Amino acid sequence: MRHALSIRIGPVGFRIGSDWRAPIDQLAALYRDYPVPDVADFTVRLFAARAWRRVIRPSVTIGGDYMLPDAAPLPLAHGLLAGEMAMNLQLALGYRRHLLLHASVVERDGRAIVMTGESGAGKSTLATLLASRGWRFMGDEFALLDPETGLVHAFPRLISLKNAGIAAAAAAWPDGRFGPSLPDTPKGDIRHLVPPAAAIARMDEPAMPALLLFPRHGVAADTRDVGASEAFVRLTQASTNYVALGEAGFRALTGLVRGVPARAIDYPDGDAAIAAVEALWAGL
Amino acid sequence: MGRAVTDARLLVTALVDPSGLRLDTDWTALIAIARAEQLIGTLAHRLDGLPVPETVAMLLADARDAAEQGRRTALWEAEMARRALAVTDTPVVLLKGTAYVAAGLLAGRGRSIGDLDILVPRGRIDRVEAALIAAGWEWVKPDPYDDDYYRRWMHELPPMIHRERDRMIDVHHTILPLTARQTPDAAALIDRAVPLNDGLSVLCPADMIVHAATHLFADGDLAGGLRNLWDIHCLIDEFGTGGLADRAAHHGLLPAVARAARLAHQLYRTDVPQQWRADAPTDALFRRRLLARDGWGRSTRPVTRLAFYIRSHWLRMPPAMLARHLWIKWRRN
Amino acid sequence: MRYRAPEAAALISTDLAPFTALFDRRSGITHILASPAPEILAALTEPMTIDMLLAVLAREYDLADPDPAALAVRLDELVASGLVATT
Repeated sequence: MRHALSIRIGPVGFRIGSDWRAPIDQLAALYRDYPVPDVADFTVRLFAARAWRRVIRPSVTIGGDYMLPDAAPLPLAHGLLAGEMAMNLQLALGYRRHLLLHASVVERDGRAIVMTGESGAGKSTLATLLASRGWRFMGDEFALLDPETGLVHAFPRLISLKNAGIAAAAAAWPDGRFGPSLPDTPKGDIRHLVPPAAAIARMDEPAMPALLLFPRHGVAADTRDVGASEAFVRLTQASTNYVALGEAGFRALTGLVRGVPARAIDYPDGDAAIAAVEALWAGL
Repeated sequence: MGRAVTDARLLVTALVDPSGLRLDTDWTALIAIARAEQLIGTLAHRLDGLPVPETVAMLLADARDAAEQGRRTALWEAEMARRALAVTDTPVVLLKGTAYVAAGLLAGRGRSIGDLDILVPRGRIDRVEAALIAAGWEWVKPDPYDDDYYRRWMHELPPMIHRERDRMIDVHHTILPLTARQTPDAAALIDRAVPLNDGLSVLCPADMIVHAATHLFADGDLAGGLRNLWDIHCLIDEFGTGGLADRAAHHGLLPAVARAARLAHQLYRTDVPQQWRADAPTDALFRRRLLARDGWGRSTRPVTRLAFYIRSHWLRMPPAMLARHLWIKWRRN
Repeated sequence: MRYRAPEAAALISTDLAPFTALFDRRSGITHILASPAPEILAALTEPMTIDMLLAVLAREYDLADPDPAALAVRLDELVASGLVATT
């Protein structure tokens, strides 16, 4: 492939190839402080499905070791997003070294909060805000749970902020390095934020999960307990490789929900969210 | 690192002579090709215990685990089909990957397995269909044209999927479409099947090789060909070729089996009898198609691929039907 | 017809009150079960007819008015899930 880049994010190395230069240049700029893997775990390809698609209304089809049939291509202007989605896809379909949970993670004193919820529930924004208040950022898309040790490993890729979350993050990180504005994607307006330097420097330090959170933003403040059964079922739904991991996945997840308290928090805004989190943390 | 990897020869060499791989091999390309060809589990077994870089060792261990998981899922699916079909008093013959793992064959080591494929007598097909539906399987596609075409001409029921487990089953009544030029002896396949436990069987070794060769050449467009050919290599390695030519001739499928044996010998150095050691004129074209994968895992050689796609349809259907079928498919897309 | 549960070694059971999470090693499937499903599985120490099973459950759990129809429904669910086989 004409243009290529290799990067390592936490325990996962990617080889990214592209028919166009622009997405590679953007990824290289934003990931400039990340290590380079020796042998990549996954190959990602951003390609033109038909030769003329490289030039006329160029559109980027996502491919790699693991692919979805009939995936809709993205316009070249959203090539950076395509690259991020492609890396997520390889992980979601092919990764099995750790149990994957769709969650954001922050850490303090070696202990981690794992925040899980549907797309748009606010877990990326919440993790970003907490990271600006002294928490170490470990990731906003995937929590990597080690079935042997129960530790959660960091996967601090570019933070994917959507719509109102973009302004909130910009306010919390006035000196943050942001990627280009990507308006009108299928998920709304998107902008990527490079994780703080500490997050990148410490990406190989795992942490012990101490709190499971189910956050929901934009509603009246409320905190409630979540039982182990409910947490278990919601987490299996939030995992792309639970089934593939078999017995190890079962032990990892039952261990997690039995060993770690789970809470649902609803909050009207970022400040309320942070207050709720700090209160829960202090009460552990 | 040397020149870009432009075909799948790197994978073939690794499978045939794994201890000959150098530490400065282009591992990323090798893994990308193996994954694209559904051979990563097989490669992982061939390289088990050999010195490789640490990341590669972890990826290959993952691949072995994934294959083991796949094996368990496939065997469970076979068990659930057995339970559902016990009431129909029908011989149920497992085919392809599930058969290889159920019988503990070399061909099953590290193999990726997709759907469950079974063979039943044509006369029992309605009973089998009813029993599967009663046990929670349902049709995948509700398209009436495809359904009609399937029932009249294909060698299998339209695809079904289990409602709860989300796994597909393909129920065959012979091993080639009824519109194909050859008509294998389906009753003989079932007649010579080898029982496992509790009502499931697998084809006898010679028939397994015939089926694999048939599937590779006469039925498909050679996509996934390296894996199918590796199955054939393993089957010949395990069972030899005694009685194979006669059995293939009985089914009218000797040319496919002969070509499979030649190509397995040419690529995988399979130990085959003398008459299958010489190159036939078009073997080079088949090798070209089989090896059409680059170091990024992309399918290459589009003209060759298209030629094989058209050829595979030509083999399945009489020309007038083919024209109609492709026309309707094109209009629908 | 008799109903048969898997051998104990085939299952990993974890209490996640009020439910039981069950991992079936044979299939790789995780089941979330509510009473009386775990109790039914535990009672099937050997292949039993529905009447035999009802008698065991009535005795073990001191049931006032054991309902064979309700038990049949639960058993059908367990059969469909693959946890119970029939012989």
